[in-house]
Amino acid sequence: MPFAIEIKQVHKRFGSLRALGGISLEIPQGEFFGLLGPNGAGKTTLISILAGLARADSGELRVMGYDVVSQYRHARRRIGVVPQELVFDPFFTVRETLRIQSGYFGLRDNDAWIDEIIERLDLTDKAGANMRQLSGGMKRRVLVAQALVHRPPVIILDEPTAGVDVELRQGLWHFVRELNQAGHTVVLTTHYLEEAEALCSRIAMLKQGVIVALDTTRNLLRQVAGVRLRLRLAPDRLPAALATKMIGAEDDSRLLALDSYAQIESVLADLRAESIQVQELEVLQADLEDVFVQVMRRH
Amino acid sequence: MPGFRTLLYKELLRFWKVSFQTIAAPVLSALLYLLIFSHALESRVQVFPGVAYTSFLIPGLAMMSLLQNAFANSSSSLIQSKITGNIIFVLLTPLAPLEIFAAYVLAAAVRGVVVALGVLLVTSVFAPVPLQQPLWALAFAVLGGGIMGALGIVAGIWADKFDQVAAFQNFIIVPLTFLAGVFYSVQSLPAFWQHASHLNPFFYMVDGFRFGFFGAADISPVVSVTVVGGFLIALSALGLWLLQAGYKLRH
Repeated sequence: MPFAIEIKQVHKRFGSLRALGGISLEIPQGEFFGLLGPNGAGKTTLISILAGLARADSGELRVMGYDVVSQYRHARRRIGVVPQELVFDPFFTVRETLRIQSGYFGLRDNDAWIDEIIERLDLTDKAGANMRQLSGGMKRRVLVAQALVHRPPVIILDEPTAGVDVELRQGLWHFVRELNQAGHTVVLTTHYLEEAEALCSRIAMLKQGVIVALDTTRNLLRQVAGVRLRLRLAPDRLPAALATKMIGAEDDSRLLALDSYAQIESVLADLRAESIQVQELEVLQADLEDVFVQVMRRH
Repeated sequence: MPGFRTLLYKELLRFWKVSFQTIAAPVLSALLYLLIFSHALESRVQVFPGVAYTSFLIPGLAMMSLLQNAFANSSSSLIQSKITGNIIFVLLTPLAPLEIFAAYVLAAAVRGVVVALGVLLVTSVFAPVPLQQPLWALAFAVLGGGIMGALGIVAGIWADKFDQVAAFQNFIIVPLTFLAGVFYSVQSLPAFWQHASHLNPFFYMVDGFRFGFFGAADISPVVSVTVVGGFLIALSALGLWLLQAGYKLRH
């Protein structure tokens, strides 16, 4: 079984700017993959090259085994891209837009599927409306529908939830998850790291055009050692032994960084020894944001 | 080639939805030219023996409108799509460069021909226009529309801004079509300007098209069709090459 996406040693420059500096990556079929990185890291460039919107200076990219340049017709039939920019054609209605997009892929009699995605993306009321009349969130849904209209096995979402309300975000993830469970490979870029943490089974982090971390989400989370302890104390003071562990304070609580769970016990012992009462205690686990910050600092 | 058919349909639907602006307006402009020029010159100018000036003017105006509107169609569609970003809906598809090229050119030619038919229909009220060689007229209409569709693709791909397309239209297309013998026979010009006119490709389109109506022209329609055909091939090669290379489209 070929990989859904194979990327080998892809380089891309825009003038003097190095956008991608030798990216290699394999994404197996059926994976929910996250592509993370700060602005300008090269995520969108990589997606554009995969989709044929840009061309690599060197390297090789395949979608479901098809080279994106020499076998572009096969490759493009198998990939659906939801672009980051909110683009639309002001001449057409939602349904016309979807029918036309379907026609570009040579699909006729695709109305049943078009109806289904219209319904799943909650666009039924707007199907006859001109694209200009839609709100930003609605336009975003149409972009998702356009990317799915040819039933591509590989779906790429480039920051699909930027500026989108909570309801749509949740509805969208529900739908995308279902597509993933039905066998579609999903690649997601997002700035909402909690989304990536919840959805992606594997993650690549990009910085300045190179991959600086690539692992399962679980392993990445494990990388960040230690736990954090948020404490509200009465009286509000720390024993001298714990002062070095304090990394911050919020309102009336203090934040301690510990190397492991085992240290919690000694912290409590130190407090007890000085008759300081614990009024509130919260154990904070490392999340993807911590991992992201750490990885970006290291490179 | 259902992908090609869809893009053609989309391009046709695009101008049809705003046909007041894309068809009715140029027909009205041509009608105004006819009313003004025929009023001013009818009694003073005779170009071909036995052909009234107003009759002489009508095919020229029809061809001029055809050329300008065919160019406007593909160039404005492309520049709008590029600037608004929705060109990606076409670029993301498996459509081949030839399919994209053919769809834009054909839609442009259709708009040009529809406008020309509108001009002929409306102006025929004012003067009789014979159609002695309809196949020649049709051939030049289709070739002219194709050339301008292809030129519109080249301009639309090359331009980064609306005003660059507008400059192309206002500083190249409009002057060259005006000076292509629409309002006069180039044979009435001094020798220098006659030669200069022969360097203008639009002259051959207008002259050949007019031959289809009156069976008379400044130069042989065979020469004209050769020049026009050569232009179509050259511009098509350029347009296709730009699409193939992804120039200013696939970065």
